[in-house]
Amino acid sequence: MVPEALFFSAILFVIGVVGVLTRRNAIIIFMCVELMLNAVNLSFIGFSRLYGAGGQVFVIFVMSVAAAEAAVGLAIIIAIFRHHETVDLKNINLLKG
Amino acid sequence: MSYGFVYQFLFYLFGVTAVASAAIFVTRRNPVAAALWLVNTMFCIAALYIMMDAQFVGAIQVLVYAGAIMVVFLFVVMLLNLGLPPSVADIKGKGARIVALLAGLVMLAEVLVIARQKLPAELEWLPRGTSVTAPITEPLFRAYLLPFEITSVLLLVAIVGAVVLAKKRS
Amino acid sequence: MLQLPSAQPGGVHPLAGTVAELVWLLPVLPLIGFLINGAISLFSAFHAGPADPSAAHGAHDASTHAGQDAHVAHDDHAASTRGLWHGVVTVVGPLVLLLSFVLAVAIFVAMPSHMATPFVKTFFAWMPVGTDLPLRWAFQVDQLSVMMVLFVTGVSTLIHIFSVRYMGDDRGYARYFAFLNLFVAFMLVLVLGASYPVMFVGWEGVGLVSYLLIGFWFNDKANADAGKKAFIVNRIGDFGFLIAMFLIWSNVGTLDFSGVAAGVGALPAGGPLLTTICLFLLLACTGKSAQIPLYVWLPDAMAGPTPVSALIHAATMVTAGVYLVARSSFLFSMSPVASLTVAVIGAVTALFAATIGLKQWDIKKVLAYSTVSQIGYMFIGVGVGAYVAGLFHVVTHSFFKALLFLGSGSVIFAMHAAYHHTHNTDDAQDMRNMGGLKAYLPVTFVMMWIATLAISGIPIFAGFFSKDEILGSVIARAGDSTLADARWLGIPGGIVLYGVYVLALAGAFLTALYMTRMMLYTFHGPNRTGATEREHLREAPPMLTGPVVVLGVLSVLGGVINLPAFLHLPDGWTGALDQWLAPVVGDATLRVTHGVAIETPHELALVGLAIVVAVAGIATAFAKLNPAALVPKREAKPAAGFERVIENKYYVDEFYDRTVVTPIVTVSRTVLWKGIDSGLVDGVLVNGSAWFMRGLASIGSWLQSGQVGTYAWAIVIGVLAILSAFTFR
Repeated sequence: MVPEALFFSAILFVIGVVGVLTRRNAIIIFMCVELMLNAVNLSFIGFSRLYGAGGQVFVIFVMSVAAAEAAVGLAIIIAIFRHHETVDLKNINLLKG
Repeated sequence: MSYGFVYQFLFYLFGVTAVASAAIFVTRRNPVAAALWLVNTMFCIAALYIMMDAQFVGAIQVLVYAGAIMVVFLFVVMLLNLGLPPSVADIKGKGARIVALLAGLVMLAEVLVIARQKLPAELEWLPRGTSVTAPITEPLFRAYLLPFEITSVLLLVAIVGAVVLAKKRS
Repeated sequence: MLQLPSAQPGGVHPLAGTVAELVWLLPVLPLIGFLINGAISLFSAFHAGPADPSAAHGAHDASTHAGQDAHVAHDDHAASTRGLWHGVVTVVGPLVLLLSFVLAVAIFVAMPSHMATPFVKTFFAWMPVGTDLPLRWAFQVDQLSVMMVLFVTGVSTLIHIFSVRYMGDDRGYARYFAFLNLFVAFMLVLVLGASYPVMFVGWEGVGLVSYLLIGFWFNDKANADAGKKAFIVNRIGDFGFLIAMFLIWSNVGTLDFSGVAAGVGALPAGGPLLTTICLFLLLACTGKSAQIPLYVWLPDAMAGPTPVSALIHAATMVTAGVYLVARSSFLFSMSPVASLTVAVIGAVTALFAATIGLKQWDIKKVLAYSTVSQIGYMFIGVGVGAYVAGLFHVVTHSFFKALLFLGSGSVIFAMHAAYHHTHNTDDAQDMRNMGGLKAYLPVTFVMMWIATLAISGIPIFAGFFSKDEILGSVIARAGDSTLADARWLGIPGGIVLYGVYVLALAGAFLTALYMTRMMLYTFHGPNRTGATEREHLREAPPMLTGPVVVLGVLSVLGGVINLPAFLHLPDGWTGALDQWLAPVVGDATLRVTHGVAIETPHELALVGLAIVVAVAGIATAFAKLNPAALVPKREAKPAAGFERVIENKYYVDEFYDRTVVTPIVTVSRTVLWKGIDSGLVDGVLVNGSAWFMRGLASIGSWLQSGQVGTYAWAIVIGVLAILSAFTFR
């Protein structure tokens, strides 16, 4: 089952990448990033079937970090929205230069 | 290890559903709809986790990921009143989509090519009938204690940061 | 140290330890003068520059105030070096020349009567190139160089004194003397050099200073163009000099005169290599000495001040070519074809220039073409292997040509002064505006006639002896010499030499003719200057006529240097220059005449013929030319027919312009400038590389756009790259 799990993981990851490249709404992009993280988690679990508990432990860490990241990232998006009245990434280019 | 037909069928069912939900998620205009489709994807993935003897992680996935993180997303969407489909399309133009799709296909192909290796036999490290969480939490609090503690500090920092960033300036 | 090929037994040169050790002072003294005068010219005023008060002067001398009347000072005549500095320049300029002349005389006196080898003094290792080419800065004191130094410094001193008065009111007074001193310094380096490279330094130097002096009044574009023309045409000759040096060094192995003289015997006599070397040297000489085909700069060079023409274009620079041939006598004597070429070019130029001189109206142009023609005679002399005869003519020519130029300077000075009083803007140098000046400038009149008789070859005067010796040598060698044995372009050498003689004789006739014409139109007949101007014509001041008189005396007595044998004078009076120069050019002279000192056959008859021709020329001029029939320049009709062709110098300049200059300029403009420089260098290399960089930078700036989407793309592309590396490993 592991090869199939890895296969699905790859597809999910690629879908996440395509989503990041295609969408302009900041929150949607964020959610695509979460999707990518999930795909990676799936592949970790798959490998843990082969190599031991380390994979699952790592998945726990990934999830907690993802949670922290989601919180902070959404806070940033809220702050930007307050400033720009939009979450369209096209207009947010303060990193320019 | 050989698997029964039902097992395989369910595995594929959940897998395909996850992929389909993800694909649908990526193409939704409405952020709320997209979020919900992502939740569906996460449920399927949780099912896959459980089928691969990662029961604890599967439960955590449902509780934390689908239940907390995605809820936060929805909170923010509703807070910023983004529920209504925006007047301006927020999906990039046709050219960008095609190129992105191509990039994705290329990436997929390369990953699959790389992944064509002989995999070792699956471990029977989770004897049936015993505790499900012990094999994971034991290394978590022993070998990986330091990352555990650091992660807790990280969560504290994230909370503080989120509060500071999202607070209205008064 | 230099290995002298035939060192004195005993090893020490007789001149070592004498005043000849100070030979380095000879060019250094004028150089010091240059530095002092140059510094004064730079620092004394802000407006050090040419004072060309009226545009109508064109390529003529600027007006030189006679200072005879207390005039309201014109701004343009305000001298920049006034008072003390003017005095310093006046003293320093001629003084350094006088000191050089005195030193030259001292060295001359110190020389033993029969010095077999030259005294070479090496000063420092100039450019030691590996072991094969150790170029040293060395001067050579031998009879030839001392002779040249004597008359160069002597005539230069006289001209410097003349210039004090002539250029006294010019705003560039200090600059003028600086350049004049520098010129003499370079000329002395040229004649004193012990090797071809040192001589070349002087060669180029005089070319440079000639440019500076011809274009002295550079505010007028025509003057600057004349200077440019002189320099560029000279450069063509310099190219020949360089090629010849390369060939000499690669075949003989050394560039010192002594070394080459010794080593050239190993080369096949008359072979193509020697002929090629000599022809390239000849190219250099035609440039410097203004022979065909590179003479075109000399008439234009009359744009400079008249003393400059006297010094450079009569006495010194133009004789450098003849000096080079004489100095390289060991080369030319071994190549009959090249020597014949020298003689033929000299003869053709002599006749050609004489015909042009017949129809010129500007007094200085007549003298310019006369110079070209007379140097042709010198080339005939050294071309037929009669090196002493050619050098003899160099010396006598310097006397009477300098006299002629300075005399014409006095005339122009007087004409300018006259015109200035009536603010007449007519051409002060055109003979049609002169006439009858013998009443007003008597001293100049007499002196100029002396020079005319000298140049025409009338006996007793200096030119007679030198020109006669040349003509006699041609006939002598036409009979029996290596030249007669050789073939020139298929024609037997003897026939060529007889042809040279005929051309030279015709040239002598025309010389007498045009010189007398000049005298007639300038000094005889009625005066055409104008009624009011006439009152202001008077003789030039003593400082101008003094040097003229000295040169006049020399033109009379100069022939004594090398009196011919047929006069049957007591020993010691005959052929003094022959004996004096024998150690230097004697071997080469004998080589041409098959080792035997030959006599000119029918010498008295030839002398008589030459005298007859000269007298006929003068008489024809008196008979056929009617000065009374002339009208002033502004009323003169333009010439027509063949007259016009001659007056326009056979349109040679126009021909050169169309065939050489215009194609070069066109190619430079379209190919080199627009094509390569603008298009390739500016466009592709400079602008193109900038455009390329901008392109790269704009790609780079896309990466810094601040757009998150762009960054996401960048990450994805990076990931794909890494994956590809793993995939295709």
